[in-house]
Amino acid sequence: MNYLVVVALVCISQVAWAGSVTVAVAANFVTPARQIAEAFQQNSEHTVVISSGSTGKLFAQIEHGAPFDLFLAADSQRPRLLEQNGKAVSGSRFTYALGKIVLWSPRPGYVDEHGDILKKGSFKRLALASPRLAPYGLAAQQVMKKLGVWVGLQGRLVQGENIAQAFQFVISGNASLGFVALAQIRAAGSPGSVWQIPGELYQPIRQQAVLLQRGKNSAAANTFFHYLQSGEAREIIRNMGYEVVASGDQSHVAE
Amino acid sequence: MSLSETDIQAIWLTLRLASVTTLLLLLVGTPLAWWLARTRSWLKQPVAAITALPLVLPPTVLGFYLLILLGPNGPVGSLMLDLGLDTLPFTFPGLVVASMIYSLPFMVQPLQNAFSAIGDRPLEVAATLRASALDRFLTVVIPLARPGFLTGIVLAFAHTVGEFGVILMIGGNIPGETHVLSVAIYDHVEALDYRNAHMLSAGLLAFSFLVILLLNLVNKRTHQGLGQ
Repeated sequence: MNYLVVVALVCISQVAWAGSVTVAVAANFVTPARQIAEAFQQNSEHTVVISSGSTGKLFAQIEHGAPFDLFLAADSQRPRLLEQNGKAVSGSRFTYALGKIVLWSPRPGYVDEHGDILKKGSFKRLALASPRLAPYGLAAQQVMKKLGVWVGLQGRLVQGENIAQAFQFVISGNASLGFVALAQIRAAGSPGSVWQIPGELYQPIRQQAVLLQRGKNSAAANTFFHYLQSGEAREIIRNMGYEVVASGDQSHVAE
Repeated sequence: MSLSETDIQAIWLTLRLASVTTLLLLLVGTPLAWWLARTRSWLKQPVAAITALPLVLPPTVLGFYLLILLGPNGPVGSLMLDLGLDTLPFTFPGLVVASMIYSLPFMVQPLQNAFSAIGDRPLEVAATLRASALDRFLTVVIPLARPGFLTGIVLAFAHTVGEFGVILMIGGNIPGETHVLSVAIYDHVEALDYRNAHMLSAGLLAFSFLVILLLNLVNKRTHQGLGQ
């Protein structure tokens, strides 16, 4: 009899405690987010539902009442705006990943180790994400400007709406090479040739997360939000080709 | 309230794309629709189905396949390279080809309906009066099928103006070349520039409404009930 009571209590508490958290994730981070969610769910009763889209689209949806608890953006601007207009819990914003861009071609030996190919310009089309829309596109523009090739290459640039499309332009052969995210070529397992672009050539791509008002009082949302900052989650993020900010060093958040 | 230079450029580009596409579709679509309307071949239904495919296929599927097909590694793209031509993605001619496929049913179906509705009788009468095949087509078919032509032209034009998914996939967003109106609106929304997005969107809404209104008025006046 006692045993039954215990079972019943456990069941009830499960119902009371197990919740679901809906996370809006920038398209470039969906794969790591899924892995993190899987790892999280192994030790938690809460379930994670992932909804992906471009940062701009998700932002617009959140502004108009989309049912998301957390937002993992591809930049820091959109989370900051949400914090400012009260859609996100103020003070919750943090950098969960630093994006790295590379110059990449699926053809081995095509891109050299110093990116000199940009100056030689022996290619017909170079793909990048739109600098106006995508943080990775902006970083690509900064690299080319720093190298002094931005103006000269204008006629040969093709812009994807986001970094995934830039990747698609290159892998389909429609562009000979392109600026893509390191995480993309890791995820696709695509070899070829790569220029690992030095960090000083572009401003860090700070991908920030915020807790949204809807998730403020949800145990599931808060637990997952904390888990994102755990060593385990950071390890997954690093393995996928991103850098992470040193623990406790979120000083740049105010930027 | 004024449009930026890129937006004005996008509007012109869109109008140019829609005009060229409609004109070429008229040339390609008329014989195709005529054949579909008159033939008894077993090929009729398969060809009609292929013609109608763009109505059902998501534009992204079309754009994705075109990107692969027309790219340098695809069968069409590599053939073009062998012939010493540039590949089509990211170019204006590439958008024309994509738009023609995308808007094909909007031209062919109204024409086919109009041609079928004419029937054999007027053509037989014209033939007994010794009108040649070309003469019969120009003086009998075209005037009788006028509402069908009008519907086809207007729908193909309007549908091309509203094209988005395909162009997003194979356009590459190049100002003056592939940066069309629908993509410009999308970019504005993504960049949180809602003011400009509103201006262009409202313009497109008004344009679409006028097109349909005009079409209905003209079709009502001709009382033919042809086309759709």
